[in-house]
Amino acid sequence: MRSPQAETEDIELRLLLEAIFQKYHYDFRGYSMASLKRRLSQARERFGCDSFSKLQEKVLHDGATLPRLLSFLTVQVSEMFRDPAYFLCLRRQVIPHLKTYPSLKVWVAGCSTGEELYSLAILFREEGLENRTLFYATDINAASLETAQAGVYGLDRIALFTKNHRESGGKTSLSDYYTAAYGGAVFDKTLRERAVFSDHSLVSDSVFAEMQLVSCRNVLIYFNRELQDRAVGLFKDALVRKGFLGLGARESLRFSAQAGAFSDFARAERIYQKEGA
Amino acid sequence: MTNRAVVIGASAGAIEALSKLLPALPAKYPWPILLVVHVPPDTRSALPELFAPKCRIAVKEAEDKEKLRPGVAYFAPPNYHLLVETDGALALSSEEPELFSRPSINVLFDSAADAFGSDVVGVILTGASADGAEGLRKIRAAGGMALAQDPKTAQCPAMPEAALAACPGARAMGLAELAALLASLPEEGAA
Repeated sequence: MRSPQAETEDIELRLLLEAIFQKYHYDFRGYSMASLKRRLSQARERFGCDSFSKLQEKVLHDGATLPRLLSFLTVQVSEMFRDPAYFLCLRRQVIPHLKTYPSLKVWVAGCSTGEELYSLAILFREEGLENRTLFYATDINAASLETAQAGVYGLDRIALFTKNHRESGGKTSLSDYYTAAYGGAVFDKTLRERAVFSDHSLVSDSVFAEMQLVSCRNVLIYFNRELQDRAVGLFKDALVRKGFLGLGARESLRFSAQAGAFSDFARAERIYQKEGA
Repeated sequence: MTNRAVVIGASAGAIEALSKLLPALPAKYPWPILLVVHVPPDTRSALPELFAPKCRIAVKEAEDKEKLRPGVAYFAPPNYHLLVETDGALALSSEEPELFSRPSINVLFDSAADAFGSDVVGVILTGASADGAEGLRKIRAAGGMALAQDPKTAQCPAMPEAALAACPGARAMGLAELAALLASLPEEGAA
């Protein structure tokens, strides 16, 4: 049996999400509750509130709270070339298909602080596709998008990024793409010359362009099934026939209502291909 | 819908300890078992493949949104936290490591205590970390059963020691006794 306290907290939590939706139009009501509750419990502590109801009052009456709360509501953990096998598979198996298109659009959905966008930009440059590609990097968190646009990452993370890049079949040295300054690695701004950063919600916004590749990794795990179905539906609508969808290492379309619209392209790397209509 | 679970956390020495525990459970085991073992963040996990042939219960890697089923042991995948939802579904998360661990025992135990309250049995086995101590305390506080491997019998006693210190209501016992207790959990209801 659940504790009465846990059940009361769930009521308060749902009311908090409703308040955020009604006042600010950010809709977290369809997020996976277990991890969201965990993150908001951390926020509750950080903001010095002893209940979610107190946090709700603060969000409603102090406009400065929501932008700070967004970094708890969303997960910003990312790294360059995370799961190198995914990028190796893109390079060896997906890129040959993409080379057949005269122009390309790539959507990094839920780009967070931009590590994946830069990874793909480097990979596309190495594979000679950069000049015909337009990248869309979208997220709902404005602070994350700013970080993504700046392209500066902690030097302490570079060893991991470099190792990942090498294991992803990198043809150049990662150090070719950044300069160390002020304790950070500043990534070459030409990498984002062909990138558009914008605010876009997989919960409430619609498709905005036709894509050959959508990369959305470790975003769907934070959604409930209905929301997952909505997001995958957007990807289906955005992709050209035979376009590619890449998910996180432990995400799959297995439980998705949209599973029938895709086929496994590389099962272990979680890369799917949209079926021909 | 299954809204109860045995949750097990293990670190250094885990394979040997689990080899004595999991094969002892009967084929029609009435509880689902969730396991966090500290493993390196490689993409592949060898644990389900290692244990499945040795066990009468089913053994697999936990998948996001999968519904819990009795008689199945679910290992947290490398590099993801494992949580449970109140409706008895599994959830994965790639949030920051806790106490340098992803998956984290505390994350699993906290969510089980929150989702299932008193219908949780928490077990801390051998390990060289303090992960799981706080989670076991929460399981006990929610009315669940808290168990730890007797540190004297553990390959690395630090983790069960930390759990017993944080959770005075926890019972310490050897692996054979733990296996017998888990095998005798009731068919219905809480432990």
